[in-house]
Amino acid sequence: MYKYDHYDQAMVDARVEEFRDQVRRRIEGHLTEDQFKSLRLMNGLYLQLHAYMLRVAVPYGTLSSAQMRALADIADKYDRGYGHFTTRQNIQYNWIKLEEAPDILADLAKVEMHAIQTSGNCIRNISSDQYAGAAADEEVDPRPYAELLRQWSTFHPEFLTLPRKFKICVIASEQDRAAMRLHDIGIRILRNEAGELGARFYVGGGMGRTPMIAPVIRDFVPLDQLITYSEACLRVYNRYGRRDNKFKARIKILVHEMGADEYTRQVEEEFAHLLSQGIEPPTAELERIRTYFQDPAFEHGALDALDRSDPDFALWVDRNTMAHKQAGYINATISLKPVGGIPGDASADQMRLMADLAERYSFDELRVTHAQNIVLPHVRKADLYEVWKQLDQAGLGTANIDQIDDIIACPGLDYCSLANARSIPVAQKISQRFAAGGKADALGELKLKISGCINACGHHHAGHIGILGVDRKGKENYQLLLGGSEAEDTSLGKITGPGFDEDGIVDAIERATDVYLRERGEGERFLDTYRRIGMEPFKEAIYG
Amino acid sequence: MKILTGNDLKSGAVVWWDGRGWSLHVEDAVDAGDDADTIMAREEAARRVNVPYAIDGERSAEGRVRPAHIKDRIRALGPTVRPDLTLKPADPEAGNWVI
Ligand code: SF4
Repeated sequence: MYKYDHYDQAMVDARVEEFRDQVRRRIEGHLTEDQFKSLRLMNGLYLQLHAYMLRVAVPYGTLSSAQMRALADIADKYDRGYGHFTTRQNIQYNWIKLEEAPDILADLAKVEMHAIQTSGNCIRNISSDQYAGAAADEEVDPRPYAELLRQWSTFHPEFLTLPRKFKICVIASEQDRAAMRLHDIGIRILRNEAGELGARFYVGGGMGRTPMIAPVIRDFVPLDQLITYSEACLRVYNRYGRRDNKFKARIKILVHEMGADEYTRQVEEEFAHLLSQGIEPPTAELERIRTYFQDPAFEHGALDALDRSDPDFALWVDRNTMAHKQAGYINATISLKPVGGIPGDASADQMRLMADLAERYSFDELRVTHAQNIVLPHVRKADLYEVWKQLDQAGLGTANIDQIDDIIACPGLDYCSLANARSIPVAQKISQRFAAGGKADALGELKLKISGCINACGHHHAGHIGILGVDRKGKENYQLLLGGSEAEDTSLGKITGPGFDEDGIVDAIERATDVYLRERGEGERFLDTYRRIGMEPFKEAIYG
Repeated sequence: MKILTGNDLKSGAVVWWDGRGWSLHVEDAVDAGDDADTIMAREEAARRVNVPYAIDGERSAEGRVRPAHIKDRIRALGPTVRPDLTLKPADPEAGNWVI
């Protein structure tokens, strides 16, 4: 894992003290809320539906045990004993007091964490594959590049006030587990025909009110030009992105309106200019970063088999684990989606248990997934049964990854002041409905995603089944979408028709899944069947 | 009726104008009528409340004040999915009050 050097620590510590002073001035009345708002947002502090909310950055979703423990301690000491893991691999706390916020940031700084780049019109926290450095199918660990981008983007003076927020994702496998093409910039690291590593740039993707899938802007950027090319992409956006209309300010609108070809031409022109300026960080810096992402001391020749005699364990293995690049090891995903639970929430005690398990069994590492779960990335197969038993005892043994009850749900109207409708109760009802009688198991892979408003934090456009909460004459109403995907086969869901109330949406989903169960071909997922037979049979069943 | 709400500056807690000060309980809210802007400007300037605003309120059959819109009712109560964290943690019917 990356470790702060003297400069990183000094910057973060200085930022804490600066914010402490800003908070003091606000409380004493030297700053108005208007003056203070952008300062608190630069430190991840929002004013939400019930209280202040603090969003803490988890760079590319990677956490150490000590960091996870610190997050648990913050939940207990300053919040109400829990935190919420988000679709951008961060964590947020819902009940923060302004007067305590500087102390929280100071506690975070002690474990090399902060809340910078979690709000405002800057380059946000970089996201990545939750199995980075551990997946059997990756070309290379994408995190050193994500870290380089993080260092380039944090406090980049030119990009602190972009037209709108800006999200970058870096992956290094063909399988996309990070919704890469639905980011402002998606970067896939791959090899060219000569076997050299480079970066493919996808620019102008996003969800929100105008969802777009990012087109490829350049097939192959040599990795020693990664920052220069990124800078060129940002510069063109910063110059031409719209500042007059918030709803048209994201880069996806610029790329769409300018046309991908013209945008690319301008980026290439800027790139050529920047190359002559020599802005790329020295290779030595990337090498320095890379030393922090070396493989842990894997045991070579570790037993490469699992005892599957306990059927509950075998089921969990089938659902919640992923092949590891090292024989004898496995990626284990801890579901934060118990039946009827709140997607993405974890209590302080659960965080501590996950931290302890990571320390003991996963080389001190955890990952946050964009699907709001937690991964132990390097578990010896020989230890997996013990890990599962401890998780199960703590209510963390749910075997449902990528099933209909592994729901992505934004906080919705229960917590979010922008919401139109609640997301969480709908998620709870769906998971209860489908867990009963083993229906979720029968459906296999079916990704369901719920947003409480058009901002799409719950990725509803990209769900095999998506749900969007809307306000219909002061009442909560839910639109149903089918056919989205945020994997390598990225697609955007289509609305089925008129919306439903809270119970009606659950029934409608059940009718849609019945169509799938009736029509599915050999080996087809819900999404495959939908793509083959189209919307009509589903519509008929839902509204018929 | 117009009722006034905002957040406590230091704690962030949701508060309601009760005619003399700011209460945690929406049932204490009073109709601010034509004085809403004056009250909000004065209270915010004194930092007794943060970002106040006026919303529509209504009176239930029992005479209790509640916000007209569901968003404000959830704001007044707390998250419907965590009854233990609402202002009525012991009330199993609290959720119905919101809906
Ligand atoms: S999608 Fe809307 S309701 Fe949900 S968290 Fe985002 S802004 Fe809030």
